Amino acid sequence: MSPFQKKLLVILAMVAVLSPLGIILPEKFEAGDAWGEWSAETIRELVGFIPEKLAETADIWRAPIPDYNLGDEKSSFAVQALSYILSGAIGIGLCVLVLFGLSKLLVKKKE
Amino acid sequence: MHIPDGYLSPQTYVPLYAVFAGFIAVALKKVRQNLSAKNVPYLGMAAAFSFLIMMFNVPIPGATTGHAVGAAIVALVLGPWPAVVAVSVALIIQAFLFGDGGITAIGANCFNMAVVMPFTAILVFRLVRGKAAAGWRVSLAAFLSGYLSLVVAAVVTAIEFGIQPLIASADGKPLYAPYGLEIAVPAMAIEHMLLFGVIEGLVTMLVLMYFARNDRDGVYALQEAKR
Repeated sequence: MSPFQKKLLVILAMVAVLSPLGIILPEKFEAGDAWGEWSAETIRELVGFIPEKLAETADIWRAPIPDYNLGDEKSSFAVQALSYILSGAIGIGLCVLVLFGLSKLLVKKKE
Repeated sequence: MHIPDGYLSPQTYVPLYAVFAGFIAVALKKVRQNLSAKNVPYLGMAAAFSFLIMMFNVPIPGATTGHAVGAAIVALVLGPWPAVVAVSVALIIQAFLFGDGGITAIGANCFNMAVVMPFTAILVFRLVRGKAAAGWRVSLAAFLSGYLSLVVAAVVTAIEFGIQPLIASADGKPLYAPYGLEIAVPAMAIEHMLLFGVIEGLVTMLVLMYFARNDRDGVYALQEAKR
């Protein structure tokens, strides 16, 4: 890695530390879900019913860390913020690992 | 812009999986042929950057949130095909590990954010930049590249949402995403034109300027024009 690339990694880590802004600001400005990313319950409030197939398939996958939150919606802000930072760190680590592995695999195939 | 499970009918998400599979196959081949040793760390960092920037939910006060994707700047720095790979990896990790975007919708989400965005970004950058090597024209090209690519991706996503009531309803009731094109497209287009696109544009412009200062020869979109 070049010195510039190492510097970029440090910047990425700093961005991860700042990431809780991504949950603080929406809360402060009372902004709801992203358009089209509502829970089934919210859809019921919006349109009066839950579409049949949506109800059946919305929870097809149980993510290990749903919404980047190790606690739940009622957890203290500190837990949510720390979860968010940790999720960012896991994200950086996995992205770097997966692409490093993938690059190795692809280059090996070349020879 | 991460479509959750349950919003798209199989008639929509299966073909989008197929389209995405085609693009990722070509992208992996291109990366295999062209990836320099120097760019191996960049590829991982690009995915990480995209992953992180998507965590910064930006509020429209009292209404909704959205975020930049980072796919435009990744495309400008590394080229569109490496961007397809990097942003897809970020999106797939988000879906499986964090439930951000559905598992059934991975093909759709990767198509919208990891295919449509990088290619739109490169196209816009080339058109606006013309023959300029530096200066305001390059900055403007970078801004518009981020801005328009996010807006286009949002509109494509909105079309996928909006066609659901048309193709998958029973007794006049939608089975999946409930809003038609006449609601989905303006809603997604306007919020991305007013705010989230501006953020994507600024991020794209600032990071490109930073790269131009530090590793100009490594920037795909700036190399091209020399040829």
